[in-house]
Amino acid sequence: MHDPAAPDVDDQPFAVMDCALITIASGVRAQNLKEFREGLLKAPLGSLDHHFWGRLLRPQFDEPEYNNDFASWAWRGLHDKELAERLSMVTPTNYPDQESLRQEVLEILEQRLDERELVPWAMADQQFQFLFSQVVVFDTGLRCTSPQDLAPRLRSLSTGSIYYHFIDARNRTAERCDDFSVWLTGCGDKGRGLAARMCGIDPYFSSLKELRQIIAGLFEQFFPERT
Amino acid sequence: MDEEIIQEYLQNFVEEYQAVTGSTVIEHLRQLAAPLQGATVVHVNSTREGGGVAEILQKLIPFKQALGIDARWEVINGSGPFYQCTKAFHNALQGNQVAIPETLLREYEATNVKNAEILRELLETADFVFIHDPQPAALLASCPNRKGKWIWRCHIDASHPFRPVWKYLRQWIVPYDASIFSLPEFAQPLPHPQYIIPPSIDPLSEKNRDLPEAETREVFDRFGLDPELPMILQVSRYDRFKDPLGVVEAYRLAAKLTPLQLVLAGGGASDDPEGVAVLEEVRQAANNDPNIHVLLLPPDAHRTINALQRAADIVLQKSLREGFGLTVAEAMWKGKPVIGGDTGGIRLQVVDHYTGFLVRTPEGAALRIRYLLHRRDLLEEMGSRARRFVWENYLLTRHLREYLTLMVGLHYGSRERIEVPPY
Repeated sequence: MHDPAAPDVDDQPFAVMDCALITIASGVRAQNLKEFREGLLKAPLGSLDHHFWGRLLRPQFDEPEYNNDFASWAWRGLHDKELAERLSMVTPTNYPDQESLRQEVLEILEQRLDERELVPWAMADQQFQFLFSQVVVFDTGLRCTSPQDLAPRLRSLSTGSIYYHFIDARNRTAERCDDFSVWLTGCGDKGRGLAARMCGIDPYFSSLKELRQIIAGLFEQFFPERT
Repeated sequence: MDEEIIQEYLQNFVEEYQAVTGSTVIEHLRQLAAPLQGATVVHVNSTREGGGVAEILQKLIPFKQALGIDARWEVINGSGPFYQCTKAFHNALQGNQVAIPETLLREYEATNVKNAEILRELLETADFVFIHDPQPAALLASCPNRKGKWIWRCHIDASHPFRPVWKYLRQWIVPYDASIFSLPEFAQPLPHPQYIIPPSIDPLSEKNRDLPEAETREVFDRFGLDPELPMILQVSRYDRFKDPLGVVEAYRLAAKLTPLQLVLAGGGASDDPEGVAVLEEVRQAANNDPNIHVLLLPPDAHRTINALQRAADIVLQKSLREGFGLTVAEAMWKGKPVIGGDTGGIRLQVVDHYTGFLVRTPEGAALRIRYLLHRRDLLEEMGSRARRFVWENYLLTRHLREYLTLMVGLHYGSRERIEVPPY
């Protein structure tokens, strides 16, 4: 796939992209744990991305109890804390593709169904709705030739840009990492140092606005404004 | 010259929003709209004044125009029996068991055919046509040479529709290219993509814009409220699903330990026999308590509602069933924590313990009222979080962004990922 944000050569500028997501109902719903397992098999594979990551671009408070929709429903809908805890530790980037990720989630559900004597049910108005997203990616036209050039612009990037470069990149890049880190590895020792720090940011526990602050702060620390 | 005036108006219009949302949000919208420059978009509904749909369109249309989209708004006309029929559709989609006579259904179809004759050329040549709610849904069938994408926008809670009526309406909806529902729970099995777009509030409307402090304080005199006493407020129709009696009970339970006053503010109920009955029950339950104020406000009392929401310490929306409940976002926009019923769209807006509380009983509401009035620091903190939450998620600009995303998505095909070439 063409990826303008990930340069092949060291002197390629960083192309700032932006994206917008819109949610689509898959029509697959679950009322209990068994239906949830079946739903996971029926729903489009893209629903995994939506339920693991898309929440960052949807209305939610920035201190979620669990870090993906599956875990949240296991707790809020089924009141199954063990299941919620296990699902919350599934990290999508640990799996080579969405099918492997789905298999991992299915394994956890199967294990829980084996453990439970009764299938847990959610209340009638607490069904899990499998959703997926349509992502529209567009080029902002902004190009940054160096980290010094990019650093002062980061705080004014849209949350869509942060999502694209910091979250979505994990599905696009060979390194399964964010676009900033990939680009910075071609920007000398200092760039590589910053890239290492960027890779250490856990994207699960911050809103996109907070991630923007964290990323901008790190850039400013490594590449302070020239005076 | 006229064109210049229009452009200046549109420019000012966008700048007003930019002052609220910030320039990044507006720039994002401009870039998202770039592939849609010059596209013809027609919205069709059944009224230009009154109601949530008209309120949204009054702002969405100029906003789209300001972004370079040729957006228009058309309204269909019908007879009394036509509106009788569409009112019955509305009730049936919300789950009421309504039998609609054949004669009314024929009137519905004939009205759509008649309106299609007037609008056909515009609709058939438009790039995108948004049909709002069931009233104009059958227009598509009379536009066989349509070239653009047709989208049916359902603003109604259709989670449990009365099946015979949905079955009738479904035949008109199926041929659309896409439909839009406000919540995933409202979506129905249909053979096209069903987008989920929650509604929004307009921060610059009379109902939501900032008011001078004096205007807010004035409601105390006007309605005989005690400015020294904490005030809890519920704004809603006198409808059993809004549970006004539960609110009165919650007030009584809380008032045993915490001095306070309750304001129930609702619209006129003269054309709604059930509303009149519920209002009477509420008055009886209030039992002349001088600290319960049952207000009946005209439908255009937007500034009054705005002032009451700003004057309140806590806002309640203790619904037993709720479609989306935009009064919640309106109150949150004014920095008020909301104690809401744990149902429908209220769950999306009230984040339990962060922007307010979700409750299931009058006792639960009373407990949270006492708690917040006792912990003023948390009341203030929750209120400011609530405002920020609405600012980030429920303003008109987010609504517009999702409409634009949908249009770009449909324009480039229904793939899950679309990379727009540079403009």
